[in-house]
Amino acid sequence: MATKTFVEVNVHYDLNGKMTPVSITWEDGRIFEIDKIMDCRRAASLKAGGQGLRFICRIRNKEVYLFYDEPVWFIEGKD
Amino acid sequence: MDRIILHSDANNFYASVECLYHPELRGKPVAVGGDVEQRHGIVLAKNYIAKGFGVQTGEALWQAKQKCPDIIFMKPDFQKYIRFSKMAQEIYSEYTDKIESFGLDESWMDVTASTHLFGDGVKIANEIRERVKFELGITVSVGVSFNKIFAKLGSDMKKPDETTEITRENFKDVVWKLPVKELLYVGRATQNKFRIYGIKTIGDLAQADVYMLKYLLGVNGQMLWLFANGLDTSPVSNIGAKSFIKSIGNSTTTPRDLITDTDVKITLYVLCESVAERLREHNFVCSTVQISIRDNELSCYERQGKLVMPSCTSQMIFEKAFELYKANVPGKPIRTLGVRACQLSLRETEQLSFLPEIEHMQKRETVECAIDEIRRRFGHYSIRRGIMLMDNQLSNLDPKSDHTIHPVSFLK
Repeated sequence: MATKTFVEVNVHYDLNGKMTPVSITWEDGRIFEIDKIMDCRRAASLKAGGQGLRFICRIRNKEVYLFYDEPVWFIEGKD
Repeated sequence: MDRIILHSDANNFYASVECLYHPELRGKPVAVGGDVEQRHGIVLAKNYIAKGFGVQTGEALWQAKQKCPDIIFMKPDFQKYIRFSKMAQEIYSEYTDKIESFGLDESWMDVTASTHLFGDGVKIANEIRERVKFELGITVSVGVSFNKIFAKLGSDMKKPDETTEITRENFKDVVWKLPVKELLYVGRATQNKFRIYGIKTIGDLAQADVYMLKYLLGVNGQMLWLFANGLDTSPVSNIGAKSFIKSIGNSTTTPRDLITDTDVKITLYVLCESVAERLREHNFVCSTVQISIRDNELSCYERQGKLVMPSCTSQMIFEKAFELYKANVPGKPIRTLGVRACQLSLRETEQLSFLPEIEHMQKRETVECAIDEIRRRFGHYSIRRGIMLMDNQLSNLDPKSDHTIHPVSFLK
């Protein structure tokens, strides 16, 4: 089963209230900048178990699925 | 031109949401059930694996456990279900503005006017199914037909995650062979009556003499005959349209049986306060109060009485409700108690009077409005009647904000 990791996220809100995650803090305290957001839409995470606004992010050349399941953020682990 | 009506029904809604959030439960028998301690211990929803063991919605948790010893019970999380229901509605609303929800997990949509944009009914139904599956992680079954009744039947025919189309051409083959109990509003009592007359399938009903049915069941007989023949013309109401409120009520199954007058008083006060607060919220007064009582052997009855004058104060509603109770005390301890305010009218059209009773009632109303405001700002339990302290187990209930999830009646 894929892992579900809850993370702290730095989010930028623009004047219209549009939300853009900027960086995430991993469990061990390391901070990762989000280089690019490739896609953002509502989706379910069958692997990790959850549902929310899904950001497909590029972090250090890796594709990461970051979910905003109000009020928390989690990352769907790959297995 | 025929209408194109879709009926979408979320498969095992509560259980599906729980299984989505708990991947470790997938592949195991799961049921969502109420709190046993609070005596709400019945199965609210189950997944297909539990269904395979014969577990049924509405039966007690211990019965389910007997049929399926490995079953896993999950506590319901209504806030989450409401959120999922809203998200599903958002998806539907991208296809039409004519959406009528029937409980949290079912909705009708009239997509007649949207077909030139999105394709025919089946295409829209399939698209909706795919989107719900991707975005919400649960599945829906969709029925497509030319009226609401057949659309609903269609959504029940193939599960899960399937589309069923019932057309004018095929309904006699598809619908008529179904047992008559599948039809909306054919319950156990109606079914028993039908059995005497040899009406077993929907087809039997459709071919029965409509005058005979009218004689047997009154107007409803004719209505069911129309349903069975695909002649239902009831419209799908608009998403923004607020349903017309005919009565406001609350009921509760108490954590322990009610025996003494004080027990009943506490529970009645809790219910009456909620009903009165909701009346004021909608700017209504009521003229009739109705109570429903179910004893610990599950036999139930209702009684109603008229108020001296229309009111929206919990005190007046309580006094009437308690009077009705005293006149109809059941022989056995009470398990479930309900209060309903009927014959509603708008508060503006109140008659002025010199009588002291009216003045007294208006004072009472001002007091209760002040209490509403206090509760709005500081929470329900910030201000309570003294009697509530006599039994915390019974009074620890806020029916107004706890949950308000009932399928609205099809016949408004």
